[in-house]
Amino acid sequence: MQISTDYAESAVTTRRDRRATFVRWLGPACALAGFAWALAQPYRITLLHPHGQGLWWLLSEPPLFVVIVGLAFHWIVAPGVLEDLEAVERERSER
Amino acid sequence: MILAASRLIPPSEHVHWWFATGFLILALCLAARAVVGPEVWDRRPWRRYLWPGVLFLMGLLLFPVMVFYTNSTIHMVAHGSWAESMTLAGAAALGLASGKLHNPLWRLTLPFGLFVSGLAVLAHEQQSWLYSRAAFGHHMLGWLGIGGALIALAVALRPRSLVAGLCFAVLLVSISTVLYADRDTAPIFGHLSPEAGIPHR
Repeated sequence: MQISTDYAESAVTTRRDRRATFVRWLGPACALAGFAWALAQPYRITLLHPHGQGLWWLLSEPPLFVVIVGLAFHWIVAPGVLEDLEAVERERSER
Repeated sequence: MILAASRLIPPSEHVHWWFATGFLILALCLAARAVVGPEVWDRRPWRRYLWPGVLFLMGLLLFPVMVFYTNSTIHMVAHGSWAESMTLAGAAALGLASGKLHNPLWRLTLPFGLFVSGLAVLAHEQQSWLYSRAAFGHHMLGWLGIGGALIALAVALRPRSLVAGLCFAVLLVSISTVLYADRDTAPIFGHLSPEAGIPHR
């Protein structure tokens, strides 16, 4: 009986770890994709060659948008999601 | 006066890139929500309202797009129907998140919005697929919207499904990618109509 309980607990922990890893890496993966895009198409970042560019062209930097979204998710959204994931799993195991 | 006003309006491809960023935010939120589950994601009120709020805001921002980028009646009708259906989907999601709406049928506004958006995008693109990258992007977006409405329908019917949730997030990333790739006079697959204008990178 003890073995089956341990096995169930370990399965739950593995599932939680997988979900936590996904949330932890989602933002950095997005930011990395934006960075790779910037390296592949540097001409999409007009800040690197600003002469003769209008205001809108200097404000719109698509690869940087992707990096910013990824980092914002990682720093603002992900920490709370990970905390709550831990809390919900803890509450479930206490029941 | 008209010249000064037109300088204040951003080029249309920039608007596509801003909306692409909105779709990317939605994709990250919905992917994380699908993986951790609604009971974890909805635990904090601000997070519960995050993706419906972004969707609602994107719908509202489509109204100025309708006003300022009207170069034909079909453009105005297409942008208008898109704005209305997207705002409705966002508003319904906000109502469900706040608990003010209880009927799960409100979830169907999301596939409806995506289907109407797909139709609108297809209807307002009057050039052939390979006319320019923008034309190709619009055709592709239209069919992504119509096909993606089936995934949105699966999400509406099975809101706790991990597979449906992740597929929907991938769909949003695809839409975002096509929007980011949009540039009005850029070639597609090495082809650009001579009528499209001077190509640029």
